[in-house]
Amino acid sequence: MIGVLASVIDGVLVGSVYGLAAMGLTLIWGVMRVINLTHGAMIVLGMFIIYFLAKATGLSPYASMPIVVVVAFGVGVATYWIAVDRVIGRPILMSLLATFACNMILIGVGTALWTTSPYNVPVSLPGISWQGYTFTGTHMMAAACAGLIAGLLYLFLNHVRYGKAIRAVASNREAAELSGIPTRQVLAVTFGIGVALACAAGALIATLFPFTVLSGSSYQLKSFVVTVLGGLGNPAGALLGGIALGLIEGLATPFMPVSWTPIIEFALFVVVLLAFPRGIFALSRA
Amino acid sequence: MSASAEIGHQRALAAAAPRAFFPSLLILLGLAMAVVPYWSDDVQLREGFLLAAVYITLASNLNVMIGYAGYINFGNIVFFGLGGYVCVDLVTRLHWPLIAAALAGGLAVSLLALVFGFGILRLRGAFFALATIGVNEAVRQFVANFEPWGGATGIYLTFDAYDPLGGPMAALWLVYFLVVAVMVLSLLLSYAIKRSKFGLGLLAIGQNEDAAAVLGVRTPRLKALAYSVSAFLPAVAGGLFFFKSGIIEPNGAFDLTLSIEAIVMIMLGGSGTVAGPLIGAFLYEELRGLLLTSPTISQLQLVIAGLVLLVMVLFAPGGLVGFVNQHWPRMRKFLQ
Amino acid sequence: MNTNRLFLVATAALLVAAPALAEDTITIGFTVSQTGPLNNDSVSQMRGFELWRDEVNAAGGIKAGGKQYKINFASYDDESQNVRVQQLYTRLIVNDKAQFLFSPYSSGLVATAAIISEQYGKVMLTTGGAEEKTYQLGNKNLFQVYSPAGQYLAGALDALKEKNPKAQVAFVYKDDPFSKAVAQVTRDLAKRQGVNVVLDESYSPSTTDFGPIINKVISAKADALLGGGHYPDGSTLARQLYDQKAGLKWVTLLVAPDTPKFAELGDAAMGISVPSQWAPQVTFKPDFGPNAQELDKRFTEKYKIGAGYHAAGGYTAGLLLQHAIEQSGSIDQAKVSAALNKIDVTTLFGRTKFSNDPKEHGLQIAHAMVVGQWQKKGGQLVKEVIWPSAARTADIIY
Repeated sequence: MIGVLASVIDGVLVGSVYGLAAMGLTLIWGVMRVINLTHGAMIVLGMFIIYFLAKATGLSPYASMPIVVVVAFGVGVATYWIAVDRVIGRPILMSLLATFACNMILIGVGTALWTTSPYNVPVSLPGISWQGYTFTGTHMMAAACAGLIAGLLYLFLNHVRYGKAIRAVASNREAAELSGIPTRQVLAVTFGIGVALACAAGALIATLFPFTVLSGSSYQLKSFVVTVLGGLGNPAGALLGGIALGLIEGLATPFMPVSWTPIIEFALFVVVLLAFPRGIFALSRA
Repeated sequence: MSASAEIGHQRALAAAAPRAFFPSLLILLGLAMAVVPYWSDDVQLREGFLLAAVYITLASNLNVMIGYAGYINFGNIVFFGLGGYVCVDLVTRLHWPLIAAALAGGLAVSLLALVFGFGILRLRGAFFALATIGVNEAVRQFVANFEPWGGATGIYLTFDAYDPLGGPMAALWLVYFLVVAVMVLSLLLSYAIKRSKFGLGLLAIGQNEDAAAVLGVRTPRLKALAYSVSAFLPAVAGGLFFFKSGIIEPNGAFDLTLSIEAIVMIMLGGSGTVAGPLIGAFLYEELRGLLLTSPTISQLQLVIAGLVLLVMVLFAPGGLVGFVNQHWPRMRKFLQ
Repeated sequence: MNTNRLFLVATAALLVAAPALAEDTITIGFTVSQTGPLNNDSVSQMRGFELWRDEVNAAGGIKAGGKQYKINFASYDDESQNVRVQQLYTRLIVNDKAQFLFSPYSSGLVATAAIISEQYGKVMLTTGGAEEKTYQLGNKNLFQVYSPAGQYLAGALDALKEKNPKAQVAFVYKDDPFSKAVAQVTRDLAKRQGVNVVLDESYSPSTTDFGPIINKVISAKADALLGGGHYPDGSTLARQLYDQKAGLKWVTLLVAPDTPKFAELGDAAMGISVPSQWAPQVTFKPDFGPNAQELDKRFTEKYKIGAGYHAAGGYTAGLLLQHAIEQSGSIDQAKVSAALNKIDVTTLFGRTKFSNDPKEHGLQIAHAMVVGQWQKKGGQLVKEVIWPSAARTADIIY
């Protein structure tokens, strides 16, 4: 019993980081109806930025997070102007392929620069032990950071003027344009924020597990599952979805071979897409 | 000009050509591909053409979903992989002859696709695309845990599996000819669908699904049928390919990257046409083969592919075929 | 003699001598995982190959049938992927005209390469491929240098039983041909010997989060853990076991702890044992070639890092091929293959003999394994040999 509880708690901790990653994906979708297939590459980018920062400056990874966020934001805005702007409003296949093409380019450059060998960000924090099980300090810290960033995003979207402008564009672009909001700029900024969230999540994941240039795809898939659970376009739902996924994984692993969990994830994914297209956590919003 | 309108325009112009012209071109191409490496006994060429034929098969069948019906099947590789597993399993466990096993694989996967299709084709646009990725991943994880099919390590063919076909060298040539045949069949099928009433229905769905439904097109049925039909030949090709490789394991069989490369090939060549996937797949495979062996550039293979795709999507969404047909209308007879 | 005539004579002399000066070469083909998860061990293996080649060529080449052959390598990066191995081995045989082959590193890739080498009938010496199944598929030209997978953990199990026959054992291993073969054979062996097996789980090769599995290990109240896979997952598992304070008294992991790089884990590496095809301290008296300590010295001189068993295996593959060519006096496939079939020799690696039984042709039937353990010696982390007792250099830490 205790084992199950420990497993669930650990699942929730890690799940909140997955939720953070998914928030970026869902924000972009909600505002501009684009599925950002560079998401995985951006997660990896975050991992590498934190790796090089930690190596070069010797600062604690957590202290370097703001730098990651700023750099990622810049990359995101640049990506928007290069690849995404032209395909807004065009058939969905175009935006999927445009972002996917960027993904290929980024991963290709990453592989050329850093090869596909594993990298590690060595971080050691004291953990909490309880009844024989240990919750590592890094897991708890990562969850705390994820929660903090999610909280900041919430405040931004709901209580800061620019954030509200983003929500306005998501709601109705023409109306927003008419009321004087520079919608194209808003879209670029939103894309930047979405990418920054992905990179931040990647940086946190790097403190937990080793990574390679190719790790992005599995986290991207997890993000899809979480996004669908929480409802596409709903950032709060994404965080909850991440926690929910962590919960499900935590409940399942003590009772079955660990290698079965991905099957459950994806089966859930397809079922939720079919049965709850607006997500399980579709909080009724306009 | 949107992809579907292009298609309509092409149909009108193509209708002017004698009906057997284009199919004969395709068959001729297949014969050339089969015979040239054989006469010159050039194994390296055969290997290159084999991969090209596989890609062309994948791309042109996928085109039925993407180019005609407008549904993006990101996880199309699941047909290839499952067909491969069924065929290899039948050959190793029950000692079936190769062709029967490959066909059985094709049929099994097709049937599965039909059943599945009714379910996930209720989703539209991006939701459908994501769901197909989910299906591919779910199947991959399932197979990786499925012990009768070797789990994560997969199935290995014993070296004597080639004996009924006359030994490994002869078997490799035979499989090559079969794969080329499957490729030609895919292209002919693609052409036949485009000219048929079924194809017309799909194109209508691709243009505006709701309007089509209102006008009496039985959209759920047609979509599921398209999904199923587009699964058959890739599954057969999968069976042949993995038999030749001698080994099948989950990561190689359900490779999402290859799945998406098939989409790149379609976009490169021109979606919604028969010649598009052919040209796109061939060019892409040649490019890849070139990059693979050059030590410096092989790292950049993905980058170049990505750049190509980005440029096509941003500036030439009709693909090469669209581009050529726009500037040289008389080529439409050859590039349908 | 005037200068013209001198010139003519000199040229004539050169023309006669030229054929004798022309070099005969043997091309050996293989792939290396320069990139990808298998990179660490695969590159070690390649260095073993290269050290052998450089020494042979410096000595004039391999002597056979009255000629001297220089060794020429043709190799590519297989990126640790099956698909690449297929394409590249075909290329090595067809384009680069490789006459003999070495295998890639790791059982999964070896199996794939074997399919190609058998399709074209080329002799291949396999190193880094311990899984037995590959040799049971009816091959004719494969020759395994390593001990088969089944033997890997038997020694570690015996060492564990020496310390605590009542230990509760958890098997946690990577789901790939090699690790799975080893773990399952050992698990069955353990059960037959009456050892208490409390957990038996495999993990997907791309796993980076071992938290759930480690929690299960803790729940099962295991004292010992046997398993692992290759370097990336093995080292990560070791680190996370330490972070999560799993409380294990005995951990044996495959492959990963055997490379010098494992010491980077610091305290997390303490006490971890590893079954090894070879250790620099072994005392075999070789019939030909250098002994173990010599090899370690030459390797360290060239590469500034100690030789692990992957490198030794690579070097030995070259030695064995050379011996077979010299014995048969030719570079003809059939003759060399026959010579390899007859081999029963001792080298720095240990005793080597290949099975001639067609049902498992090429399987290594004479080589024995050792178990190493990371211990603190004078404040430094050092790998000692703890099993078999005849080869022991330090006591077992439990």
